[in-house]
Amino acid sequence: MTAPLLSVMFTAVISQNIVLSQYQGICPFLGVSKKPSNAAGMGFAVIFVMAISSVFCYLIYHFVLLPLNVEYLYTMAFILVIAALVQLLEMILKRFSPTLYSALGVYLPLITTNCAILGTANSAIVYQSYNFVYTFCVSVATGIGFLLAICLLAGVRLKTDRADIPACFKGFPITLVAAAIMALAFAGFSGILA
Amino acid sequence: MDKAKLRETLLGGVRSNPTFVLVLGTCPTIAMTGSLFSAFAMGIATTFVLIFSNLFVSLLRGLIPDKVRIPCYIVIISTFVIIVQMVMKKYLPDLYSTMQAFIALIVVNCIILARAESFASCNKPLYSVLDGVSMGLGFTAALCVIGIVREFFAGGAFAGMSIPGFPVMEGVGASAFGFIVFGCMMALFNFLIAKAEARKARMKNATLPLAGHEPQAAEVSK
Repeated sequence: MTAPLLSVMFTAVISQNIVLSQYQGICPFLGVSKKPSNAAGMGFAVIFVMAISSVFCYLIYHFVLLPLNVEYLYTMAFILVIAALVQLLEMILKRFSPTLYSALGVYLPLITTNCAILGTANSAIVYQSYNFVYTFCVSVATGIGFLLAICLLAGVRLKTDRADIPACFKGFPITLVAAAIMALAFAGFSGILA
Repeated sequence: MDKAKLRETLLGGVRSNPTFVLVLGTCPTIAMTGSLFSAFAMGIATTFVLIFSNLFVSLLRGLIPDKVRIPCYIVIISTFVIIVQMVMKKYLPDLYSTMQAFIALIVVNCIILARAESFASCNKPLYSVLDGVSMGLGFTAALCVIGIVREFFAGGAFAGMSIPGFPVMEGVGASAFGFIVFGCMMALFNFLIAKAEARKARMKNATLPLAGHEPQAAEVSK
């Protein structure tokens, strides 16, 4: 709570990147990074849902779970909030913003099982107990970190798909090795803002 | 009881191994395999949730309406995750404090939802439990293998006992190492499967010519 907001956000984007140093959201990171355009769509959808779900999870945790003394149910409450929110968002976008819906639409259902969303809500609200502004900003920053990581990996995969590598390394294995090198590069930024 | 189906279900954990073949639940696979002990604990916790969620999804498969099945599955799964959280908090507080984040994330582990959706929702409870046991143990075994390799190379240790003379990797290197080890293990698994299939194909082709080459065999024996 004492750390300034800007440094907390910078840490969430770069040095404590949600995918590369906290190992959350690796399934979509590997699965939806074949083409840069798909990766960008997934990244923006994650930012969107993460920001909105953090607001709702915060309100539910502080105004429903804590007063009722059932805060141990936070996992169930948060995942239900996220699942319901994703459904609602899908309907609202379909009705009011067809362009945004066609851009994000296919990725929205996948987001329910993206552990980065639940993980961020858990850590910001329950483990770190940030206040409302911090929770929202950290969630947006984490989403930006996810976007950055998945777009960069999609760029790398364009090269590795054409490279002449052993047959058994094709597909996921070489992507994981590339991700490891990216993780080292991202971790190199830690310490800029202490 | 159908023997062929029973065998198929029990071999599911190997043939469609959740980690190496289906590539599901990668987050705990990379995050929790820093040591053999945490990998084993994570695997057992996931297996427990998987068995019980499969059992209950299968028992309730006639009652759950098709349209709201995913929220229903999520409620069932998170109930057992909360049980795991409470039990670990009481009896293994040290372990729980290091694994807290990923124990909560078992809820969104794709393996559990995928088995509920693709197996338990259309099979009898007995098969569903067996599928849970098989898939869960397959997941645990894969995590343990990765855990052993990582602990040996990054920490120079085996199951918490350090082996003298091995260097210890520290900080970032050790954590990013998880991606590389997982990638290489998956490549090795692909390689072994490709090799076994090639061998099977060769044996199939080889049996036919061998039967027609009896004179040659006689020559050799002379």
